[in-house]
Amino acid sequence: MSSLNQDPIAIRVKNFSHYFGNIQTLKELEIEVRRNEILGIIGPAGSGKSTFLRSLNRLNDLISDSRIEGTIEVNGQNIYAPEVSVVELRRKLGMVFATPVPLPRSTYENVIFGTRLAGQKNKEKLNELVASSLEQVGLWEEVKDRLFSSALRLSGGQQQRLCIARILALKSDFILLDEPTSGLDPISTMKIENTLRRLKESYTIILVTNNTKQAARVAERTAFFLGGELIEIGPTDKIFTAPDKQKTDDYISGRFG
Amino acid sequence: MHLNPRHEQKVIHFALFFCTLVTVVILFLIIVFILRKGLPVVNSKFLTANPVDMGRAGGIFSTIIGTLALTLLAILVATPLGVGTAIFLTEYTFENKITRIIRFGAECLAGIPSIIFGLFGFILFVNKLKFGWSILSGALTLAFMILPTIIRTSEEAIKSVPAAYRQVSFSLGSTKWQMVTRVVLPAALPGIVTGIILSMGRSIGETAAVIFTAGSALRIPTSLFSSSRTMAVHFYILAREGISMSNAYGTAAVLIIAILMVNIITYYLMEKFIRKYS
Amino acid sequence: MNRLERNEKLIRLALLVVAFSAVSILAVITVFIFSEGSPIMLKYGFKNFLGGLDWYPSEKSFGLLPMITGSMMVTLGALIIGVPFGLGCAVYLTEFSSKKLRRVVKPIIELLAGIPSVVYGFIGVIILVPLIRNTLGGPGLSVLAASIILGIMILPTIISISIDSLLAVPSSYREGSLALGATRWQTVKMVLLTAARSGIIASIILGMGRAIGETMAVIMIAGNAISIPGSILDPVRTLTSNIALEMGYASGEHRQALFATGVILFIIIMILNTAANITSGRRRRRT
Repeated sequence: MSSLNQDPIAIRVKNFSHYFGNIQTLKELEIEVRRNEILGIIGPAGSGKSTFLRSLNRLNDLISDSRIEGTIEVNGQNIYAPEVSVVELRRKLGMVFATPVPLPRSTYENVIFGTRLAGQKNKEKLNELVASSLEQVGLWEEVKDRLFSSALRLSGGQQQRLCIARILALKSDFILLDEPTSGLDPISTMKIENTLRRLKESYTIILVTNNTKQAARVAERTAFFLGGELIEIGPTDKIFTAPDKQKTDDYISGRFG
Repeated sequence: MHLNPRHEQKVIHFALFFCTLVTVVILFLIIVFILRKGLPVVNSKFLTANPVDMGRAGGIFSTIIGTLALTLLAILVATPLGVGTAIFLTEYTFENKITRIIRFGAECLAGIPSIIFGLFGFILFVNKLKFGWSILSGALTLAFMILPTIIRTSEEAIKSVPAAYRQVSFSLGSTKWQMVTRVVLPAALPGIVTGIILSMGRSIGETAAVIFTAGSALRIPTSLFSSSRTMAVHFYILAREGISMSNAYGTAAVLIIAILMVNIITYYLMEKFIRKYS
Repeated sequence: MNRLERNEKLIRLALLVVAFSAVSILAVITVFIFSEGSPIMLKYGFKNFLGGLDWYPSEKSFGLLPMITGSMMVTLGALIIGVPFGLGCAVYLTEFSSKKLRRVVKPIIELLAGIPSVVYGFIGVIILVPLIRNTLGGPGLSVLAASIILGIMILPTIISISIDSLLAVPSSYREGSLALGATRWQTVKMVLLTAARSGIIASIILGMGRAIGETMAVIMIAGNAISIPGSILDPVRTLTSNIALEMGYASGEHRQALFATGVILFIIIMILNTAANITSGRRRRRT
């Protein structure tokens, strides 16, 4: 999968459905994700937002009765094709979870964990990677003096930015975030939102969030999920002020969800 | 007789304290008693000389070697089998009837008395497989004895590694084996090692299973097929046959100190384990 | 990519082989004991084994009743001594003492569990047996001596597991009771012991298992007489001692009879373990 792709559409989801056993969680989704955009995904709990995100990096494969239909093309290649390396796919589409999960290691070790798995051993390259990744998330100044102490000592907001740095170190193309600031204070949240705005230059970002205001602040386009279906997708302004579908309007105005 | 609850509490409080006191005091008395009578006998000569005249004189060197050989060999055999099984059961299969049966079997066998293992080892290793009374027979018997414990403690240690770590590892592009070796095992290591060391302590003090499989030869063992006596067996024989009380005390003192050290190391490791996750 | 996936498959296969071997070993032990011990029980009949009073292997008489009685009496005695002290200690350490004290004392008690059984037996012979002989009469090597030593030996099991069970009771139970004006002891008696009941019972059952399985200490202090004891001052032989004492020179049917004893012990322990598992309600249920 070449990251020098000129195609303005980075991800094409075509008639994609997902099942856990007999329960259908995603219904015939048709979505296009544009390169270098921040796409917000909103919707009530259980609407399939997280399941969709995990379909993109095939994390759902880890669950025994997970089943899909349709295709998802990333950079022109169907990621569910049998010859695709799931391990490499996950390096291209890095994911940040709702609860920051630093591994019980030093900050330094955390940042290069994924890179090491891929086989990178060169000490200099690793040092460079650590510095640039931490800088990109705005953590470098804060942690440069304690790179080798346990990452568990960082604050929640710092840990979450560390999780983003972990993905950057992998030279991913995409950053998938699943409610990344739901457990954080307003200032940490703001720092992360600023980070995402900066990163958009070089990455394609998909942000699942329960907080509609966050989507309004950060995302250029927003998609609204309900009951496993894509109800509407469009420029954020439009979705929040004059949506096409009634259900979207109901959710935005807080009539449910 | 109806006591005022406050008075009742005072009485009970004292009674309970008394129970605790008795328990702790008994432990100290046992250890102090053995050490007081045994330590004077223990000197470098005692530790480095072989038993002479059936143990009436001389030291316990060959029994120390025997103990080390048996314990280390048993651990060497049981650890890969036990930890590997635990990894397989937790990471490579889903929870189903078979895994439950295996777990139940391991728990049951962990409770089987050591004399039964001695019986088993005697018939299988010493007789049927013709290993004779030997370090090999003894170590294999001990290994089988500690295997269920190692499986159980390893499994618990692995299971207590947070699921989130596994998710993160996968999402960063790891294979399952990388996740197991680089995330799960390092995190579970203190718990696993604790189980191994506890088994070691148990092996050092074990008599019933050893005496019928490794025999009680007093010479320094020269090969896996030599019979050998462990410290615990030596102590038992000295005491029971009344050969030498002072040497018995000495042997017991060395035995107790070895086990004390093992317990302290285990305790220290457990503390480290707990601290890492809180 | 393909190489990666093939490696993963190989690793899984290797681990499967390892697990299978370990499980086979466990199965072999069980099968072995049963196959060596069952034929003779079937030949002479269970009633003769379990109910026979005469153990004269050379004359084909394999009555295990004296030893079964011995095991039972000694275990019961161990429980009578071990449970009150053990539970008392556990309750004290969880409800009445400071956390610091518990953190110091608990490992000390676990140390008790590490002392080899031969050392316990030795202490029993040197100190306890003469004491009993001089103050209460009889040979000293007796049910009483064995009960006391075994009681001490099962203390760590009962205490550890009971402490864990008591600590697992939600503090809201304690607080609720105290808020209603109950004293700490009343809280323990009426609320906590009931709430922790399943774990405490499991600890007692496991302690029972340990007592029944103990061999070396019992050989040294119980006297090893093959007869049903008339009082606690009489000597006694247990099932485990029986095996250990005679295995060295037994052959043929005698040896098989010892295996049969092993089978009986095995079954008893399995029953106890299952009971402990059921009463503790599968402690694995962690959310």
